[in-house]
Amino acid sequence: MRHIISISDFDREGIDSLLDNAAQFDGKSCNARALDKKILAVLFFEPSTRTRLSFESAIARLGGTSLSVGSVEACSMAKGETLADTIRVVSGYADAIVLRHPKEGAARLAAEFSTVPVINAGDGAGQHPSQTLLDLYTIRQSMPIDGIDIALVGDLRYGRTAHSLASALSLYNARLHTVCPKGLELPETLSARLEEQGMEIIVHDNITEVIPEVDVLYVTRIQRERFPDSASYFNVASSYRITPELLESAQERLIVLHPLPRVDEIDPRVDASPHARYFEQSRNGVPVRMAMLMQVMQ
Amino acid sequence: MKNSEAAENEGLLVRRIKNGTVIDHIEPGEALNVVKILGITGTTQEALSIATNVPSRNMGKKDIVKLNNRELSKEEVDRIALISPHATINIIRNFKVFEKKGVEIPTLIEGVVRCPNPGCISNTHEPIRSKFAVRANGLHCTYCDWVISGDIPSHII
Repeated sequence: MRHIISISDFDREGIDSLLDNAAQFDGKSCNARALDKKILAVLFFEPSTRTRLSFESAIARLGGTSLSVGSVEACSMAKGETLADTIRVVSGYADAIVLRHPKEGAARLAAEFSTVPVINAGDGAGQHPSQTLLDLYTIRQSMPIDGIDIALVGDLRYGRTAHSLASALSLYNARLHTVCPKGLELPETLSARLEEQGMEIIVHDNITEVIPEVDVLYVTRIQRERFPDSASYFNVASSYRITPELLESAQERLIVLHPLPRVDEIDPRVDASPHARYFEQSRNGVPVRMAMLMQVMQ
Repeated sequence: MKNSEAAENEGLLVRRIKNGTVIDHIEPGEALNVVKILGITGTTQEALSIATNVPSRNMGKKDIVKLNNRELSKEEVDRIALISPHATINIIRNFKVFEKKGVEIPTLIEGVVRCPNPGCISNTHEPIRSKFAVRANGLHCTYCDWVISGDIPSHII
């Protein structure tokens, strides 16, 4: 039985092969009944729009069906049931479980108690492997991933998508550039691990200097609650905002990615730019998650 | 350690035991943490003797723990390696050393230290024990990947 808990469970070959499979689903040449009569339990204990809908879309496109509880308030967890018990029970109702939970390590725990495959759809500030896979897929649509220069912009301390992507890119010889407000730098343990794996990390003071140097701009949301007041938030956030003027110095092949939802980080005028890829990135969630479901459910 | 040295050092401090376990060559000052990591609490029934900062020819100073009528298992003694890698374990039967062994750093420790990450699932009411992989740079929580790189005793449950 195969679970998908963390991107670090994959080696380079495993990632490449999953992305190849995703590309087949993207081309609509897939068998639409490949998971006929299979049932996916979608257990989300935290709000989500894209991840949840794209998993539901993915199972539907493969001919299977999904089960879900409406909200946390409506489920047995609200009565004090442990996650371990919920997972044991739901294992009996479905052929696989997709789990989002506010606690880090929740998916790892679920895998210990489940009798069916578990896919981690985000565990607190921890792992979110399907997001990383679709990020890589989107990069690969535009350029070979090997040796790219990528800038991570925004909240690099708490942003789990940036952490997982950086870890995965260490398998592809990528060079990492970071641009972030003071206090929101990559955690030291992570940067030490990446450097140990041979990744070069270049820290930049401002967004302007990094734009001409990179192939991919990965923008993440700077959360308001990280700042003492609204004024200091707006002051910091505005200096990391991506605008069409800023992108004038970009290389032609630069792509702008964002795990969404965006708030103020990307000027809506950038949407029309040939560099913008974040809506395609979001759409890519479906073929990538189809490939993930096939890997664990077939 | 020479027997004569042991006798000299321990003579007035800690009596010989008939049956049980003697943990010798503990880093000086770590005996109480050794007891803690073994899960020996005030409610333990068996006699427990602790000697700290005992002069030692090889180590300068050392700590010793003697536990009557209980032979520690390999899993239990290997936990000691996390805080005192040079400790030696003597299993005593009828006043004689029946078995002598060193401690080996385990690859996985369960239920011994608490994950410092307040957001970790192992710090909730779930029916699991904490689990850490032991690697060169510290203890890695197998649930949330948090790393404990120093001061392990302060994280002992």
